[in-house]
Amino acid sequence: MTFSGGRCSAGWVSPLAAGPLGCFVVWRRMSYFGASIAHAALLGVALGLILGIDLTLGIALTGVVFAIAIVFLQRHTRLASDTLLGILAHAALAAGLVAISSRQGLRVDLLGYLFGDILAVSQADLVWIYLGGGLSLAVLAAVWRGLLAITVHEELARAEGVHVLAIQLIFALLLAIVIAVSMKIVGVLLIISLLIIPAAAARPFAKTPEQMAILAALIGAVAVAAGLGASYHWDTPSGPSVVMAAFAMFLASLAAASFQRR
Amino acid sequence: MTLTTAAPALAELHGITVRYNGRTVLDHVDLLVERGQIVTVIGPNGSGKTTLARVLLGLVQPDKGTVRRGNDIVIGYVPQRVNIDSTLPLSVRRFLKLAARRDGVDIVGALTEVGTAHLLDADISSLSGGELQRVLLARALLRDPDLLVLDEPTQGVDFAGQIALYHLIGEIRDRHGCGVLTISHDLHLVMAATDRVICLNHHICCSGEPESVRIHPEYVALFGPKASEDLAIYSHCHAHNHDLAGNVVEGDGAHQHVDHQP
Repeated sequence: MTFSGGRCSAGWVSPLAAGPLGCFVVWRRMSYFGASIAHAALLGVALGLILGIDLTLGIALTGVVFAIAIVFLQRHTRLASDTLLGILAHAALAAGLVAISSRQGLRVDLLGYLFGDILAVSQADLVWIYLGGGLSLAVLAAVWRGLLAITVHEELARAEGVHVLAIQLIFALLLAIVIAVSMKIVGVLLIISLLIIPAAAARPFAKTPEQMAILAALIGAVAVAAGLGASYHWDTPSGPSVVMAAFAMFLASLAAASFQRR
Repeated sequence: MTLTTAAPALAELHGITVRYNGRTVLDHVDLLVERGQIVTVIGPNGSGKTTLARVLLGLVQPDKGTVRRGNDIVIGYVPQRVNIDSTLPLSVRRFLKLAARRDGVDIVGALTEVGTAHLLDADISSLSGGELQRVLLARALLRDPDLLVLDEPTQGVDFAGQIALYHLIGEIRDRHGCGVLTISHDLHLVMAATDRVICLNHHICCSGEPESVRIHPEYVALFGPKASEDLAIYSHCHAHNHDLAGNVVEGDGAHQHVDHQP
């Protein structure tokens, strides 16, 4: 397989959806929540392999179920949110690893799932990436106002008639979808960085939530392009290369912001 | 609005009982708020004040009792605390637009009414406690509320600011003719602008006009004899007031400035 233009364009799609969604992850301080859904994705890979269904679908479904479980457990437990997430995320990751390794005879590129492998993106994956990315952007645009309202103040939004639980579930669903379609590129363990690093890098230059979302999408897209380019030239793994590129842009943003303040 | 009744009830709570984990937070509490009336609920910390407001707002389902809200009444809610993450770039203008789809003229009007027109383009996370409370009040006003629910509206506001804020709440009632439910822990502060006081400590200890509550034995028992001493205990002898920016303005006689009494 060669490094085709099709795959590179797939690389562009997921950060365009991950950037704006990542802004909400940052605003709502939910990066651990996002990371937990990503950890559960490996369980989705295992289920997909065992049930013989498409892996992206398996990951998205597992992510959705996992996210809904978290939202409801958070309402019905005394455990602090981060404790609960820590328990569930690592249990899911461990279950995924056990399930995959127990299927002897399955030829699975575990490192590819954990850290991403753009070369493993198939024609079917491309369709998923376009569909999933496009759909999640459309849904995000539709719930934008309500999501922003509950981000500002959940109770206030609820008192004013916003369907908080419905929007929370939709948000979790979008996270699961974006994680599923981005996983091929950056992998389970690094995916949260594609959500939060572009958002954090965009913050100093944004005056409105929308500006920050668009900037984060662009920064993510540039990071993926630069990371995949580096991966192609120096034969480095695609996921870590993309994250390094995003991190470099974050450092540049920090420097520019402190220069601006002077 | 109906013209047949002089003071139609905006909200009527009857026999409200709320239990959390076996603890009775509210015990057969009645509450009536009528149009044009300011009702203040006072009580010590943990006495169930906020829970009562949350029942009225529909955020808490009571275990027993009935909640009746007037037909199609709009409630403007000012919550006790609003923590907006500083990673969310949100101007005051945009924050207010989230509350109600209103044009710029209305937004400037509401900000002017609460004396914070100069904050229109300020970042919401940069506001002081007093500024934020006034912006929250403007936000509630933009919804054209029939009933304002203010939960400890003077949190994080200095003393002079607290008096000014309660004065403003009285003005808003006069101008808009709405009903107001205020929650406070300090009877003296709210006396000037309250029609009826309900002294709450899980059950209603006493209620009535501020002056009668102040000398009621149950109130004295709850807050100590100091609380029922003369108003002069907190009065100042300033001949002037300060506006929000700290500038000296002419005293408007809205609240009495008298000499300290021993």
